Amino acid sequence: MIGWRSTWSIYTRELFRFLRTAFQSVLAPVLTTSLYFIVFGAAIGGRMPDLGGVDYGAFIIPGLLMLTLLGETTSNSSFGIYMPRFTGTIYELLSAPIGVAETLIGFVGAAMTKSLILAAIILLTARLFVDYSIAHPLLAVLYIMLVAAAFSLFGFILGIWADSFEKLGIIPLLFLTPLTFLGGTFYSINMLPKPWDTIALANPIVYLVSGLRWTFYGSSDVNIWVSFGITVAFLAACIAVIAYIFRTGWRLRA
Amino acid sequence: MHEPILELDGLSKTYPGGLKALDDVSLTIRKGEIFALLGPNGAGKTTLIGAVCGLVRPTGGTIRAFGNDLATDWRKARARIGLVPQELSTDMFEPVIHAVAYSRGLFGLAPDPARIEEILRSLSLWDKRDTRIMALSGGMKRRVLIAKALAHEPDLLFLDEPTAGVDVELRKGMWAIIDQMRDKGVTVILTTHYIEEAEQMADRVGIIRKGQLIMVDEKDAMMARLGRTEAHITLEEPLKELPRSLAQYPLELEQDGMALCYRGGDGTGRGKGEVADITKALIASGIDYNGIDVRESSLEDIFVSLLGEKEEQAA
Repeated sequence: MIGWRSTWSIYTRELFRFLRTAFQSVLAPVLTTSLYFIVFGAAIGGRMPDLGGVDYGAFIIPGLLMLTLLGETTSNSSFGIYMPRFTGTIYELLSAPIGVAETLIGFVGAAMTKSLILAAIILLTARLFVDYSIAHPLLAVLYIMLVAAAFSLFGFILGIWADSFEKLGIIPLLFLTPLTFLGGTFYSINMLPKPWDTIALANPIVYLVSGLRWTFYGSSDVNIWVSFGITVAFLAACIAVIAYIFRTGWRLRA
Repeated sequence: MHEPILELDGLSKTYPGGLKALDDVSLTIRKGEIFALLGPNGAGKTTLIGAVCGLVRPTGGTIRAFGNDLATDWRKARARIGLVPQELSTDMFEPVIHAVAYSRGLFGLAPDPARIEEILRSLSLWDKRDTRIMALSGGMKRRVLIAKALAHEPDLLFLDEPTAGVDVELRKGMWAIIDQMRDKGVTVILTTHYIEEAEQMADRVGIIRKGQLIMVDEKDAMMARLGRTEAHITLEEPLKELPRSLAQYPLELEQDGMALCYRGGDGTGRGKGEVADITKALIASGIDYNGIDVRESSLEDIFVSLLGEKEEQAA
């Protein structure tokens, strides 16, 4: 039994928190995306060949989308649960008649919604710089939602694991961002010399970027089903970890 | 006659480090009462509240609230329990009315602006409804926490040190709020460092020490049973020994015979009557006095003496 009113309360409150900083939340991705397009699209992209028949400016859109999506989704979700722990307001969540389902749908749903809004903003900003069309728009939206859900859950775990702001920032900063940059955001891994093209396949982000790129242009470095399978497996692993956290009360209940 | 609303049976909590915060605590709370849980710092008061409210995982025993076992039917039970924590923990950037409405929704109730208004007005917060919590005074912030806890109309309310760090005037205001809750039939369990608060508010008192509930009783019965009258009668002339007419009273000579000290009676006022009888006997015996200082023991005296006795027993 899911308490939908409780879920809705968490969801709307998290979105309200997002709206409090809406200006910054919207301006930051617009500015960042614009800068990437100016640097990589206009300045460098003009000298780059088409990649698989896709103009370089258009080629980097799925990668840029994934770069922002992973960072924002993880940080939104991790802050969403870390802040109540840090300020002590977690007492209200723990004492309410709600379980793992309400908490997750509320927090993760809000983080996903924010991510989808950001994705839309990035795509609109990209349109100002480069002409592109999406081969499988519905699949693109579904894939973005799937990745957003997986990384919202990942952020949620991070927010429960972290016991300091330093730890909260260390995973996105030291792992997520570098792996995304090295995951084919700005290039095809087929462009890498051997053995780096093979080593790159050990980077899980490669599959995410590649999967999204397939939904955009119908071709990618990795088979779409492999990308999809890895994304779903990551999502399932996160759900399993969260189920364990709630069952044992790890870092939540004394 | 007294319907139980909360039943703790053998409740224990040992933290991973080995600290035994609750040790086989059994307690029944009756519907509609105000129960004060007293104890020194680290006695286990907050752990006990946390165990009932879902913040702490007990390591032993059972908790039943409204007839539901909290281990299995926790949703039903928690929906009827409110908690005002000791710390001022709330989203400081949020306007008051949002914070209170959120709490109501979180507990699964439909929005009810009229009810929220009623709660905020009863706590003198209505004028501040659109103010961010960070801009409020400490006393107001605490009232916001109470409003949040009342938003889902709980039948059982925990107040963990509700007046910690607030001035005398605000403390009295808080007592008035607790009185309002009593009038509405809400059962209140409060922990406090201010024994005067328990004396003023509580119907029953429980004393907890090192995780063990060492005494639970009606406040009046506890004071009657353990209360004492102490009187000091200053004499005009020193006495070498007590006159025979006063032998039946628990009297001692003090200050080289210049004063009589009475320690006796109980919390019902019997001691005061005996002191009056002593003064009459002194006059009848031709012993003059020039001052009387009579003092009834407070709940605080009883609390301190009980804890002291237990310390001695433990030593």
